[in-house]
Amino acid sequence: MARMATRQRVVVSTIGAWFFGFLIFFPILWMVLASFKTELEAFAIPPSFLFFHWTTENYATVQERSDYLLHAMNSIIIAGGSTLIALLIAIPAAWSMAFSPTKRTKDVLLWMLSTKMMPPVGVLVPIYLIYKTFGLLDSRIGLVFILCLGNLPIVIWMLFTYFKEIPRDILEAARMDGATIGRELVYVLTPMAIPGLASTLLLNLILAWNEAFWTLNLSTSNAAPLTTFIASYSSPEGLFWAKLSAASTLAIAPILVLGWFSQKQLVRGLTFGAVK
Amino acid sequence: MGQITLQGVQKSFGPVHIIKGADLDIADGSFVVFVGPSGCGKTTLLRLIAGLEDVTGGSILIDGKNVVDTPPAKRGLSMVFQSYALYPHMSVRGNIGFGLKMAGLPKDEINRKVEAAAATLNLTPYLDRKPRELSGGQRQRVAIGRAIVREPKGFLFDEPLSNLDAALRVQMRIEVTRLQKQLGTTAIYVTHDQVEAMTMADKIVVLNAGKIEQYGSPLELYERPANLFVAGFIGSPKMNFVTGELAQQQGAATIGVRPEHLKIERDGAGGWVGTIAVAEHLGSDTFLYVDAGPLGMLTARYVGELSLHAGDRVSLVPDPARIHRFDQSGAALRN
Repeated sequence: MARMATRQRVVVSTIGAWFFGFLIFFPILWMVLASFKTELEAFAIPPSFLFFHWTTENYATVQERSDYLLHAMNSIIIAGGSTLIALLIAIPAAWSMAFSPTKRTKDVLLWMLSTKMMPPVGVLVPIYLIYKTFGLLDSRIGLVFILCLGNLPIVIWMLFTYFKEIPRDILEAARMDGATIGRELVYVLTPMAIPGLASTLLLNLILAWNEAFWTLNLSTSNAAPLTTFIASYSSPEGLFWAKLSAASTLAIAPILVLGWFSQKQLVRGLTFGAVK
Repeated sequence: MGQITLQGVQKSFGPVHIIKGADLDIADGSFVVFVGPSGCGKTTLLRLIAGLEDVTGGSILIDGKNVVDTPPAKRGLSMVFQSYALYPHMSVRGNIGFGLKMAGLPKDEINRKVEAAAATLNLTPYLDRKPRELSGGQRQRVAIGRAIVREPKGFLFDEPLSNLDAALRVQMRIEVTRLQKQLGTTAIYVTHDQVEAMTMADKIVVLNAGKIEQYGSPLELYERPANLFVAGFIGSPKMNFVTGELAQQQGAATIGVRPEHLKIERDGAGGWVGTIAVAEHLGSDTFLYVDAGPLGMLTARYVGELSLHAGDRVSLVPDPARIHRFDQSGAALRN
């Protein structure tokens, strides 16, 4: 009897989980489907789910109207560049805070995080003016710089927690074994920190790729990444659902693929230290 | 050679004095155990000798040479950590050989030495496994292998057995002792377990609140404790202490008698009379916890089985030759 009840519960909760999973996934599915419809079908009521005239003309139009490859390249440079620079700054910062903390280390960490609590729009005008003065508007360097600074607190925090997890004893064992600081870094610390470094890199890449506030406000064409590319399809001439969907699908495809292949690493990274 | 001498070694963390001046002479090849309650400074003292902490004052001599400014690896000591501290990404071979690799030894020599160490510790079948694929006892042996392979002047053990279960702990205790005798290398071993201290040590250092209370062989500590602290700390169950008039009759502020030196007599007449509160029957021993009224709770030990139970009246007669006397400050009074 009890066994029956358990099985029923499993069935019900499985169905429930699939239902909610599907609910969350539905907008993305809908967007992908809409990208293969004609503009007319895209907002027809009642909407057609699968039985419509499949077409790839939206993709052709999108590529024709705006240069997808240029924007994709901008996205890669901006996300990749800001991530690499952030890591270069964050590794030594997190390192020193994790392995030789002072009385104020906690305060410094909290202060860093506090900058993430400020709404970006609050500093849009000053940043815009600074960028204008220094000729950084619509430049890749400008976007790399602002996204790097924006994500730096999170990168430092993540790395700090990973480094914290590395037992001190192991570093001391290496010192007893005669490793210098440099060799300790190469042979002991870095190999142990690689999972943490990898998941920080991935997460930051995704955050920078999806960042839309600064990229939309500080770039127009030359340096514009895929976020600006999508936004350009909601134009004064009206919304083109099918083309907007095609553009969005194209924009999220690379990061979706990356996320799919690295999901194990990402989940491990985000729950690191939660369970031993 | 591995003679280790401490001269007035002090350590403070800010205003907190952890080690308040330690003097110690550890003979080459001896097995010395630092024992004391948690927070007494025994691990700090070991880390000072290892070089993982800098001394605030005093000097540490290894074979007559002051090493306080020498980095850990150059002191010629190796350490076994409580957490084993194995390198998780390296195989057993890599772990044991890491120190030799850092010393720049040629590959074939490293391999030869690692294999010899692994054979001593029965680790040969596991040489290519990672630490996570080993049991607790095997990990412990890898940590010991890492220490012996460098042929150091001295081993430093920081509570190495405290993560093992009771049965394995006893087995490893014997293995470590035998290995140390076989190699003849000086060893300093930190533990809070006085049974480990008594069974393994040639000499024991009893530490309390950053001070060395007594330094001597296990039996010296048992038979002639220097003060109340050592008397209470060494020996299990704990020594009974009696103060007041009874102590004054003996010309002392406190007298102490070990549970095994109390003769148990039924139907209380003479000696210290009381009622049994708890009786523990282990077969090999019987422990009685006796409520002796104004004298407080007394513990008595009888070798073998004694059919006495809670509520029975007994009298405990101390062996007069085995009464320890202490003065007002807690120091032992010698006859």
